[in-house]
Amino acid sequence: MRRELPLAICFIMGIIMTVQFFIPHRHSQWLFDNMLKWLIIVLTFAMILGIGNLVKLHIQKVQHRRRDWLYSIVALFGISASLITGFGWGIEADSPFMVLFNYVQIPMQATMFSLLAFYIASAAFRTFRARTVEATLLLVAAVIVMLGRVPLEGIVGRWLPDLAEWILDYPNMAAKRGIMIGIGLGAISTALKIILGIERSWLGGGD
Amino acid sequence: MNFYEKFLHIDRRYIFIFVALRVIIPLVWPLGLAVTTSPPVENVYNAVEELAPGTPVLVSVDYDPSTQPELSPMTIAVLRHCFARDLPVIITVLHPGGPGLALEISDRISKEVGAVYGEDYVFLGYKVGSSAVILSIGQDFHVSFPADYFNTPIDEIPLMKKVKNYNDIGLVITMSGSTYPDAWVAFAHERYGQKLAAGVTAVMAADYYPYLQTGQLVGLIGGLKGAAEYEKLINRPDDGLKGMDAQTIVHLFVVLMILLGNIAFLFVQRAKKREAA
Amino acid sequence: MKKLTGIFIALSLAAAATAAAPEEPSLPVAARDGPNDAGGAVEIFWLASPLEKEEGFKGYEVQRRAEGEEVFATIAEIPPGEVVHQDQEAEDGVPYEYRVRVLTSEGAPVVLGVSKATASGQWFNTARTNALVGVVFTSFVIIFFIFRARGGAELFVRKIAGLDAVDDAIGRATEMGKPILFVSGLADASEISTIAAMTILGKVARKTAEYETPLIVPCYDPIVMMVEKEIVRQAYTEMGKPDAFDEDSVFFVTQSQFGYVAAVDGIMLREKPATNFYMGAFFAESLILAETGAETGAIQIAGTDRVTQLPFFITACDYTLMGEELYAATAYLGRDPLFLGSLKGQDWAKAVIMLALVVGTIFLIISTDLGIWFAKLFETSAS
Repeated sequence: MRRELPLAICFIMGIIMTVQFFIPHRHSQWLFDNMLKWLIIVLTFAMILGIGNLVKLHIQKVQHRRRDWLYSIVALFGISASLITGFGWGIEADSPFMVLFNYVQIPMQATMFSLLAFYIASAAFRTFRARTVEATLLLVAAVIVMLGRVPLEGIVGRWLPDLAEWILDYPNMAAKRGIMIGIGLGAISTALKIILGIERSWLGGGD
Repeated sequence: MNFYEKFLHIDRRYIFIFVALRVIIPLVWPLGLAVTTSPPVENVYNAVEELAPGTPVLVSVDYDPSTQPELSPMTIAVLRHCFARDLPVIITVLHPGGPGLALEISDRISKEVGAVYGEDYVFLGYKVGSSAVILSIGQDFHVSFPADYFNTPIDEIPLMKKVKNYNDIGLVITMSGSTYPDAWVAFAHERYGQKLAAGVTAVMAADYYPYLQTGQLVGLIGGLKGAAEYEKLINRPDDGLKGMDAQTIVHLFVVLMILLGNIAFLFVQRAKKREAA
Repeated sequence: MKKLTGIFIALSLAAAATAAAPEEPSLPVAARDGPNDAGGAVEIFWLASPLEKEEGFKGYEVQRRAEGEEVFATIAEIPPGEVVHQDQEAEDGVPYEYRVRVLTSEGAPVVLGVSKATASGQWFNTARTNALVGVVFTSFVIIFFIFRARGGAELFVRKIAGLDAVDDAIGRATEMGKPILFVSGLADASEISTIAAMTILGKVARKTAEYETPLIVPCYDPIVMMVEKEIVRQAYTEMGKPDAFDEDSVFFVTQSQFGYVAAVDGIMLREKPATNFYMGAFFAESLILAETGAETGAIQIAGTDRVTQLPFFITACDYTLMGEELYAATAYLGRDPLFLGSLKGQDWAKAVIMLALVVGTIFLIISTDLGIWFAKLFETSAS
């Protein structure tokens, strides 16, 4: 039953909500509205489950002195500090919680994201080689779009940003649309397989 | 190893140092390069301009601190534009890392323009389940947001008394560093016919041109350049325009490195062919 | 299959014919039940009054009375230029009479006309017939090919270089005596790309169990970690080596995007895996991962449906599975008839879309009206 019950629920709900999409009647709307409310409630509890899991995992790491257990103490301290400051002093603009967020969280995350600027420079230097015709096309398009996305119009004229915009509007758009259609069909196929119980890896324990 | 081979295998830390200098120097000594606007950004601006005063606009802050340097300037510019046009703003957050950012921005900009909370803007906060929230707004705001971020029931907020669902909203603008605009298009635009615009990071902007072409997005603000263009359109220079100098210099440096790398690669290939011959 | 395609096109044309279109009223005023709705709505149309051109014309007034009532109540005032109104507060099953009057600044309102209608909810949204046809066709095609594959039919799948390289990449790690790193993306278990990644992990784990190659699987999501731990444990059990499974090889790191990538980068620099797999949903951190992996000299195979990250993986990795190639991995690696059949069905659905694109382009070249008519067959309407 451990596998059969989730599969049955998945199948029944998948079929019901697919059929519901085509029925505008108020009874169908009632079902949709209630499913939405249930979904939001379940997702909220899933979030709580996720946080609980996280705390449990870190506590187990500390208890059993697993690899890098000291960092788990830092993680647990961070979780506790957020909860205590949030519940204790509120989450308004000048609260300790927001001070932690504005002066610790934001700079840390923004700094990590900023690493990309350096990595892009080194990756571009390392890999943008005109080895083949396709690689040369990629290289030329990348250079045009990079230069078109900065304000050089005053120096070189409008043709550069216009050309960059043309590349985005036509070749890029056509390629992206093709990939999106493929991904969309892949998603439909995978969703169908999940609803019909063909794809079961989400249950864990292999096929 | 000759000079060209050594250049091709240069320690990447030298590249990192040069990038760092090229970011810092223009920020300290600005170049003041002139920005011209592009149609996708102009379309967002025009969509806001065309709304009658008093028409609510929903701004969804769907990003976290990692993309804040690119997306906050455009969020601020859009908010300033809405307040200048007397368009009340409803702010929602679909990303768990976003509430703090949205709160700080809404607080700061509202104080700057003298906007009154509850009448000129309302901050509904974060709700989990992005697609479910977008769908539920189409039914009724009460489903996902029975109260605002500060726990005031929305029935007691003057602005929200006039707004039930998308029928009462003139435009939705989602600012996102992730795939939230796809959900907004699929559920808000396709299901409820809601007019939609998006502000995304520069890397993501190319992905949303198909939606621009079909009209599913009325406009698109892409990256820091998009933010700079919007600031120019509303005539309020800020972080977007300031960042353009640094972005220009770094882009030029990367292009130069690519060109030099290819020249070195050509020489190395020729030398190898000569040796083989 | 060609017959099926023909049936699909015929059904689409039928869908276009049944799609509700606004009626041109032949009478001055016409009212009808709101189409394709949950009920509670009536649409009222009227012909523009000749008085619109005259000075003093203020607009129209829509009035309503229920059966049995004597007095008409005003429900809306419509400005000049508009000739339609939707009454959203009609009760289902109650016959209403609607009256439209012309308002002028001089004199009493002039009655334009009267019409009756009863609101009710519909059990089928005809405006979504084309979506239904699409869903039924795609599902049918996929199920058809699944049965065909099960029946033993040989289904051709083109070469996917990235997937062909998986065995070689695992072999390389085994020869070098170094571990394999498998990153299954930064999304939760509900994401299709994560499910595809978990399926590939199962295949990789079977190989690492067979060759006794160390496997490192740092996880972003705790639930994904639990599922992947079971998948890897199952793989080792199936290969007859349950004792070789290391519980700590599949572990949770953090749900912070850049905290996760910092941790994985550290693992790459310390453990120096010979092979890195990046399969699943990736975001801004993809280049940081791929560049660090390249720095360590590992062979890298990536697969993601995040179109934004494809350019970074393509430049920094040895092989990249683009979009649906990742979804195809399950079928490709295992050659399971069920998965092969669904892959084939997908391809046929894509072929029909491509045919529609070509037909639409030809129609547009022949005539703009014909092209627009054909495009409208595929339009979806807002509810």
